[in-house]
Amino acid sequence: MFYWSLIIIVLGIYSAYIFGKSRIKSNAKQLDIKTVSLPTYYAQYMMVWCLLPALIVYFGWIIFENQIIQNLVLANFDFELNPTLNPGLLIAEIKNVASNISFAEGKSIEIFNAAEHYSSLKFTSTVAFYLSILIFMILGVMIASRKLQPTFRAQKSIENYIKYFLFFCSTVAVLTTVGIVFSLLFESLRFFSEVSIFEFLFGTKWYPYIPIREGQSGSQGSFGAIPIFAGTFLIMIVAMSVATPIGLFTAIYLSEYASPKIRSIVKPLLEILAGVPTIVYGFFAFVTVAPFVKTFGQSLGIDASPTSALAAGLVMGIMIIPFISSLSDDVINSVPQSLREGSLGVGANKAETIKKVILPAALPGIVGAFLLGASRAIGETMIVVVAAGTAPNLTANPFENVTTVTVQIVIALIGDQEFDDPRTLSAFALGLVLFVITLILNIFALRIVKKYRERYE
Amino acid sequence: MSNQYSHEKIIQLRKKRSAADRRFKTYGLIATLMGMAILFFLLFTIFSKGYSSFQKSVIELEVSYDQETLKITSDSTYEEQVKAKFFRVKKNAIANALPNLNKKDVKLINKMFSINVDKEIKEYFLNNPNILNTTQKIFVTAHSDVDQLLKGNARRNIEEKKRKLNDRQLEFFDEFVSSGRLKTKFNNFFFKNADSRHPELAGIAGSFVGSLFTLMTVFLLAFPIAIGASIYLEEFAPKNKFTELIEVNIANLAAVPSIVFGLLGLGILLNVFGFPRSTPLVGGTVLALMTLPTIIIACRASLKAVPPSIKEGALAMGASKMQAVFHHQVPLALPGTLTGTIIGLAQALGETAPLIMIGMIAFIPNIPTGFTEPSAALPVQIYLWVESSERGFQEKTAAAIMMILIFLFTMNALAVFLRSKFERKW
Repeated sequence: MFYWSLIIIVLGIYSAYIFGKSRIKSNAKQLDIKTVSLPTYYAQYMMVWCLLPALIVYFGWIIFENQIIQNLVLANFDFELNPTLNPGLLIAEIKNVASNISFAEGKSIEIFNAAEHYSSLKFTSTVAFYLSILIFMILGVMIASRKLQPTFRAQKSIENYIKYFLFFCSTVAVLTTVGIVFSLLFESLRFFSEVSIFEFLFGTKWYPYIPIREGQSGSQGSFGAIPIFAGTFLIMIVAMSVATPIGLFTAIYLSEYASPKIRSIVKPLLEILAGVPTIVYGFFAFVTVAPFVKTFGQSLGIDASPTSALAAGLVMGIMIIPFISSLSDDVINSVPQSLREGSLGVGANKAETIKKVILPAALPGIVGAFLLGASRAIGETMIVVVAAGTAPNLTANPFENVTTVTVQIVIALIGDQEFDDPRTLSAFALGLVLFVITLILNIFALRIVKKYRERYE
Repeated sequence: MSNQYSHEKIIQLRKKRSAADRRFKTYGLIATLMGMAILFFLLFTIFSKGYSSFQKSVIELEVSYDQETLKITSDSTYEEQVKAKFFRVKKNAIANALPNLNKKDVKLINKMFSINVDKEIKEYFLNNPNILNTTQKIFVTAHSDVDQLLKGNARRNIEEKKRKLNDRQLEFFDEFVSSGRLKTKFNNFFFKNADSRHPELAGIAGSFVGSLFTLMTVFLLAFPIAIGASIYLEEFAPKNKFTELIEVNIANLAAVPSIVFGLLGLGILLNVFGFPRSTPLVGGTVLALMTLPTIIIACRASLKAVPPSIKEGALAMGASKMQAVFHHQVPLALPGTLTGTIIGLAQALGETAPLIMIGMIAFIPNIPTGFTEPSAALPVQIYLWVESSERGFQEKTAAAIMMILIFLFTMNALAVFLRSKFERKW
């Protein structure tokens, strides 16, 4: 359907263009006056009026077609008489029979009839789709062609359409945010209608698969997310205590000590480190760092888990080093030169200048970089999915196995998803928490950095 | 004055201070070197684990293409040849792979060959049909366990129970090696095949093509929208609350964790709009929304870099604002915007979590041919292989990582090339 409609639409707007151009030229000739805009603007005007109705029909069909056909087919089934029937499974079965994926033998006669009904509806719908796309395109062109007069300001009108399009493009980012908030909130509300929000935020037991309280059905467990938050926090702390000193000292060295030549070598290498996909770090953690941490723990007499918080945190710290170093580098570079010169002028050496003058001056920016790094560590998924554990332990021992918000989201959504099960929906509640926390950290960090910049500009 | 410093004291103090200075510099140097060392260690780990995956183990078999066994004759048609009983030929060949094998041995030795051997025997025949009724020596793919042992990735001096190959199979292995019938050659399957349950047959072609389709979707969606948005924000946006909202939004969207975009894809694109699951179309859409802020920021910077005099010149000649922007400013900013887009695409290429959320994690054993077909993607393939318990997949993982890094490197090199070739200093 996609490719055929693409061909139809492209041919349609091309002929609208040709039609518009020849029409305006002949109109102008008849009246023997010059057109206000160049003829191609009239032709473009026709194109827009041909394209818009076609797009409306196309997207309308995509969004509503399935829903309407399914409702029509399912209208023949009485769900109140048969409470065991599941509409979702039923429609899947009907579709399979209709497209000959599963054999019709052994299926009840109702399903067979419904499948035939479905195929015929689908066929009608497809024919109607192509017809209505054609009709709407022609209608659009017909309505627009009444405006093809030499006195019509086609250029102005086209430019307005383009402006609307540009505006639409810039609202996509806003729409994305709205979509994120909407989807997270909507599914989270469904989750909180089954699990109390206080249990979720303050409960200390996360066992989605084990019924704990009395009166629970067998499938329902307990959803206390404190161990997950604690695990996320622990791994974040480990990561930041690796990334902050190394990243900060790298930034200081690069901006204050290194020669331009060293800078020109080290900076691209750090960029490579920043560009490595996180799943690669996950692999690195899994095959190299985790076994190392285990042996290291054993040499200390600690029984380290093969998926310890320490291994995941260390590697996550490595991932964040280039992030911290490049942000701090920017911040340190934007400390005014006069401060450095003043400090050196009264006899302080370089280290003293950095420690006593530059770092205090750059502190807000560095805090901002730290917060942005922390928000990255909290939201990072692949390293912890591969290298951290899945057991919700409430512990502060980095050699133990902990789990994080992102790991639990992935666990909840891998495999069968049933959107009326709190186990699936818990992913959205966790996602909401993750989104809110990282958003707050970001807004806070961006504000600090911005204030800091303004101070020295 | 009471606390006068003596000359020596001052010298001592200065020595101490310069020692502290040197120490501080050394800390910085150590931190920088540590970063570099980690990078090289990371690359070294991946290379040392992955390079062996470009070779596969093959075992020489004596295959007799006997017309009785195959149940075809010399004048059979191609269709009949395709349907010939190659599995019987294979069975005979494996039973006679080594001299004096009893029934139990044959069972054991059969496990040392890949399940793909029938096909390889068949393919060899179909390429040279005139070998009917002759005996041919062909190299066929060995099982992953044999492969790992030959490459030294699996150890043989451990308990029999912990090994994949038992003692008898090791004897066969040694016999094959000593007679030169077991060797390694270029692993064409790794580049030709999609995913497989069998490590020796698994390849990256499927996920590579899936990633290409996904990136194409990202490009087709994100590039025009990002350019449109940047033009609007740089040239046409009025200074009001809504514009400010857009700006703040873009800045914050860039830092939203990628997994949240996956939840958006699942909650809105799949569940509300009914996009097809596990396809490059929906994966690309999610990644496009995710990389949009990055690309917009790059596009705006390159639009800003075009000197205003060019636009003003056009306006002075009577062009409308739209003409000045689209005919003069945008073409000059295009190389910069392309560079930014490629960097955004490189970011999208390595992203795994959102793709897992929208179901691109399904096991797809064939190479996708369109945007709306279920497919894998390179980073997800890596994840699937990391999680796999089979030893043979570990080197595949590292090799797939090498491929994705090469892909990323090429894209970044392209970006740098574009920048240096088309960048103009005004």
